[in-house]
Amino acid sequence: MLRIVLIALVALVPIAAFAADLPEYKLTIRDHKFAPAELVIPANTKVKLIVVNEDATAEEFESHELNREKVVTGNASINVYVGPLKAGRYPYFGDFHQDTAQGTLIAR
Amino acid sequence: MLATLLLVFREVLEAALVVGIVAAATRGVASRARWIGGGIGLGVTGAVIVALCAGWIADALSGSGQEWFNATVLLAAVVMIGWHVVWMSKHGRELAAQMQSVGRDVTSGARPMTALMAVVAIAVLREGSEIVLFGYGLFASGSSISALVLGALLGLIAGVVLGVAIYFGLLKIPVRHFFGATNALLVLLAAGMAATAAGFLVQADVLHRWTAPLWSTDWLLRDDSTFGKALHALIGYTSQPSGMQLLFYVATLALLVVGMRLVSMGASKAAKPSTPVAT
Repeated sequence: MLRIVLIALVALVPIAAFAADLPEYKLTIRDHKFAPAELVIPANTKVKLIVVNEDATAEEFESHELNREKVVTGNASINVYVGPLKAGRYPYFGDFHQDTAQGTLIAR
Repeated sequence: MLATLLLVFREVLEAALVVGIVAAATRGVASRARWIGGGIGLGVTGAVIVALCAGWIADALSGSGQEWFNATVLLAAVVMIGWHVVWMSKHGRELAAQMQSVGRDVTSGARPMTALMAVVAIAVLREGSEIVLFGYGLFASGSSISALVLGALLGLIAGVVLGVAIYFGLLKIPVRHFFGATNALLVLLAAGMAATAAGFLVQADVLHRWTAPLWSTDWLLRDDSTFGKALHALIGYTSQPSGMQLLFYVATLALLVVGMRLVSMGASKAAKPSTPVAT
């Protein structure tokens, strides 16, 4: 049984591959707020978001619409791959400071 | 305090539901409190370690360490659940029969308790590490400690109450159907974990086919609602699943159900020669 599960997982590996150069967009967290609060990216294109946390404490970049959640520790940065997205608005937030850390990704 | 309460509640809820199901599924095992307690203890210890190493984990594997870590522990939990449900499909009937005839819970040392201990530990570790990071952040930024502790305690209690509720709810199922029901819940739990793991692998850009959401049930039940979170923990609900997540979900369901069928068929065949021959 375990073997069947493992074989199935290995069978999925060919689907996996690594990304080439993608357009990059920077999102900064400062005082538990996102800058910019609205970030425009091209629709139907995969992009790399670089989330830079300038606060001393950890934050979690999260978005239900984008299906993303990733912790970024204090004074550190993370990469979040997003898209290709249909044109539209995709809200994101900082899970640890939801009252202030809110923003929207706009694909157009 | 309210923010702390809500965050701790949401994280604890997910882990508590998993623990509640595992506790019900191990009904009849005399030493289960030790195993489950051990799993929780390991999970809490692991959560603190993971939180301490969060920066290092995030930077590992060219910035995809966090996703790999989450996907790996989730898939490990899926394998552990698979091991347990397949084992139970062979022995569940005799266990239920024993419980009915003796009229009380029976012990069985042979059950793969390590597997379920690992599942509990992984659930607690994943949710716990977020609580530690969040709490440490508030602590470091000089928030009132009493409000922090009070919020965390209330959130913890609320989450645990729901975990306990699902446990006692499950115990109401008649013994005849009991292990079938807990097995089914464990299979759905595993499928949900596999789908969540697929989400992390998509996020890490490891899997990059079928990444677009197939549909949205956001209008019906939002992921960030308490019920949405609970359903996410129980059956892997997500309002906008990607094709890859659906594939992992269905593949896990199919593998476990087929595995259980095969093993239980084998078990009933093996049992035949021992039954007295009529005619």
